[in-house]
Amino acid sequence: MNRSYAKDIATGLASLLTGMKVTMTTMLTKGHTVEWPREAAQVPLMFRGHIQLVANKDNGFAKCIACGACARACPSNCIEVKGAKPEGAKKKSPTFFMLDFTTCSLCGLCVESCPVVAITFSRDYALAGFELQPFAGMDLLKDVASPFVEERNDI
Amino acid sequence: MIMEITIVRTLLSILGITLVVGLNAVFVVWLERKVAGHMQYRLGPTEVGPAGLLQTVADGLKLVSKQIIFPRSADTPIFILAPIICLVPVFVALLPVPFSENIQAHELDVGLLLVIALGLLNTLGILLAGWGCDNKYALLGASRAVAQILAYKIPLLLCILPIILLSGTFSLREIVVAQDHSLWFALYQPVAFLIYLVAITMETNRSPFDFAEAESELVAGFHTEYSGMMFSLFFLAEYTYMFVAAAIASVLFLGGWLGPFFPGPVWMLLKIYFFLFLMMWFRWTFPRVRVDQMLSFGWKILLPISLLNFLLTAGVMAAL
Repeated sequence: MNRSYAKDIATGLASLLTGMKVTMTTMLTKGHTVEWPREAAQVPLMFRGHIQLVANKDNGFAKCIACGACARACPSNCIEVKGAKPEGAKKKSPTFFMLDFTTCSLCGLCVESCPVVAITFSRDYALAGFELQPFAGMDLLKDVASPFVEERNDI
Repeated sequence: MIMEITIVRTLLSILGITLVVGLNAVFVVWLERKVAGHMQYRLGPTEVGPAGLLQTVADGLKLVSKQIIFPRSADTPIFILAPIICLVPVFVALLPVPFSENIQAHELDVGLLLVIALGLLNTLGILLAGWGCDNKYALLGASRAVAQILAYKIPLLLCILPIILLSGTFSLREIVVAQDHSLWFALYQPVAFLIYLVAITMETNRSPFDFAEAESELVAGFHTEYSGMMFSLFFLAEYTYMFVAAAIASVLFLGGWLGPFFPGPVWMLLKIYFFLFLMMWFRWTFPRVRVDQMLSFGWKILLPISLLNFLLTAGVMAAL
């Protein structure tokens, strides 16, 4: 029995124990699995969900001035905006803001082109459904208060 | 009267062994998946039953309901026989295993020999499976399993011999009784204990020695062509075989049912599942070695050391 024979066995055994220690410590730490939908996933800071309208803090109306810059900037023509001036207001407000999320590529040009920072990415990642329609016509105005309550009902 | 007692005892033994085989498979498959999951930062099964405990039952139902496909060029009688030959010996091998001083299906004074001999039949089943289905991967896997036998079986026997010398019996029950008033044999025979652990990992075709299956090289090895319930019979045989090997390990080295506070069966099961956990730990830690590495490991390291250990033990016993 030469020296390297015994040494090989000893180093081999030690390396096996090192490996076993790694798996045991891994087993005793908490896993990375997020049990969605039972618990919410942590969304990264710059996560891009579908776009949403930003509301004014004081009255809850959309900041949007219905200028249509986002619709023009959109490379896939998936935004449609219409606006009007409410009674006594200086700026226009959107009466119609539709996003066709089925063609949106989340490029962010609308967010960048908005002169009043009225569009942001939402953090909504649970976007799955059995029908196309809710995504083909996303009414973004329904999440913000509107000064045109009566007219909104006509749409 | 004696006749009636024998019949009742036989029926109870059959019932008990079937229960042990079934429940053990359900539990060990679940445990294996849990251990595997947590060792990879995952959770393992969580959905079916509390903590996913019924996952194996659901999988079993799925397997039962599946079609068994017979390859056109398969040797059908051998194809059918193979999983049965794999499974039946492990049922018999559970006969002499003592779960406590009184709970034992059948006391045999050559119980250990019986278990060792039946262990070899498992390899026969694997060989038949690989040969019968006319698939190159299956045949390669089966031939590896056969090549493996000699590499582990001789060291395995040479590790058991010192225990026979220490206890002076082949009966599994008597071996445990012999450890009652002395230390557990693992403390007298640490080298034999280690080599036995390696050898049963090889014997039960577990990673890092799972050459017969080797899913990354041979699709699924010897059971490539098996589907449905016939596939699950191999699975059942593998996990029951692990159970038997672990039971023999705890009888030989850790004093079987002996232990303070708890009743015998609890200690026995604790020790068995300690060994099963150890085998899972090995599997999810070590990558598969090459076949030639395994062979040279078996012949150049396990065999000489176990032989030396046996001779040393025999010498010390003779001197005392």
